[in-house]
Amino acid sequence: MSVRHALLALLSEGPKYGLQLRQEFEARTGEVWPLNVGQVYSTVQRLERDGLAESDPGDAAQPGPQRRYRITTAGGAELTAWLHTPPGTDAPPRDELLIKVLVALRLPEVDVPELLQAHRRHTIMQMQQYTRLKEHAGDDVSLLLVADAQLFRLESLVRWLDVAQARLRDHVPPAPAAGAGTTGGSASPDDRSGSAAPAAFGRAER
Amino acid sequence: MTGVPPLELRGVSRTYGEGAAAVHALTDVDLTVSAGELVAVMGPSGSGKSTLLTIAGSLEEPTTGDVLIEGTPLSGLRRNDRARLRRRHIGYVFQDFNLLAGLTAVENITMPLELDGVRTRQARAAGLKALEDLGLADRADAFPDELSGGQRQRIALARALVGERRLLLADEPTGALDSHSGEGVMRLIRSACRSGAAAVLVTHDAQLASWADRVVFVRDGRVVDSTPPPPGPESLLPGATGREAR
Repeated sequence: MSVRHALLALLSEGPKYGLQLRQEFEARTGEVWPLNVGQVYSTVQRLERDGLAESDPGDAAQPGPQRRYRITTAGGAELTAWLHTPPGTDAPPRDELLIKVLVALRLPEVDVPELLQAHRRHTIMQMQQYTRLKEHAGDDVSLLLVADAQLFRLESLVRWLDVAQARLRDHVPPAPAAGAGTTGGSASPDDRSGSAAPAAFGRAER
Repeated sequence: MTGVPPLELRGVSRTYGEGAAAVHALTDVDLTVSAGELVAVMGPSGSGKSTLLTIAGSLEEPTTGDVLIEGTPLSGLRRNDRARLRRRHIGYVFQDFNLLAGLTAVENITMPLELDGVRTRQARAAGLKALEDLGLADRADAFPDELSGGQRQRIALARALVGERRLLLADEPTGALDSHSGEGVMRLIRSACRSGAAAVLVTHDAQLASWADRVVFVRDGRVVDSTPPPPGPESLLPGATGREAR
């Protein structure tokens, strides 16, 4: 979430005070991302430093909370460029759930299907909360979009857990290398807990 | 909600075949669904969730155990009495709508009432009221092939709930719809539950299941887990104090 660009977008509507920026930011993001006023002022100061926003000349002599800020021409160009730039397509830096499952595969005492189910249950419970949020959102389009985005993200986790469970049923991961720190030997399809992580484990730990 | 639960499964098992070839589709399933509650049953293909639904709806009999509809055990009923109880108390919604192509929207809705002896005029009035509640009053005389997928599923939902029926059984009810139309159907099911209906929804779709008050996980014919009642949406809104959280 780029607070910097979200504030530029709000300033593109006209000059605004810091407190006003905070309130409007939270309202536009469905109040799911709280923002403290210190973040707002530090971000606006950086925008000023970079020539993307400026204090309203009439308010220049006023102390912080009484100052209004407005977007500059360069700020407008920056906003347009950001809106049209696709979000980063690089692999996520660290997928915690994936790492947990890969680690669990190396630990003989862990019941991996039970672990997958625990994560599935927890994820579904989060989804229930976002669905309730949608039910009560009324015509608040920002809130509906935020909830939709979270639901699709969480749904993808559940789907991955489902596929992981099916894969573990069909494919027995290779046994751990000697000295890998686990006691698992050759694993049968019904003895997943004694199985080792696949080679991808090392790659996942970026 | 208190009172007699609209649906109760007690120790239900279902086995197909015998001996070494026996397939245990369901094993010792207990499930109670209260009035006003929406329960989702989730599981992968072949986990037994559809078998659970057909047994709950008395379309199939359990090998052992019992199903109670509004407190009445199905095992003690004669075939005709069971069919009557099914017709009066249980509504079904399936992925492919199952509307009769030769009947209009309102005729599809009123058909179960007329089969149960309700006079045509009275049944039509109930059907029109159901259509009005769905915002489809102007489509009463349209045939299924003149309706969109979302409209057809809303008609199927109205047919499932028309009359005194207070138990809705749905098998992937939004599977043939896009996400937005599917959400419209789920909002209607939630609304029916708020009005006192009980609903069981079987699905492998997590988004669909997230509409439920309780999600029950089925695997290899057994209930292996379930969610507790979810906290309200306010827990997601650390900065929101004024928003109503019902």
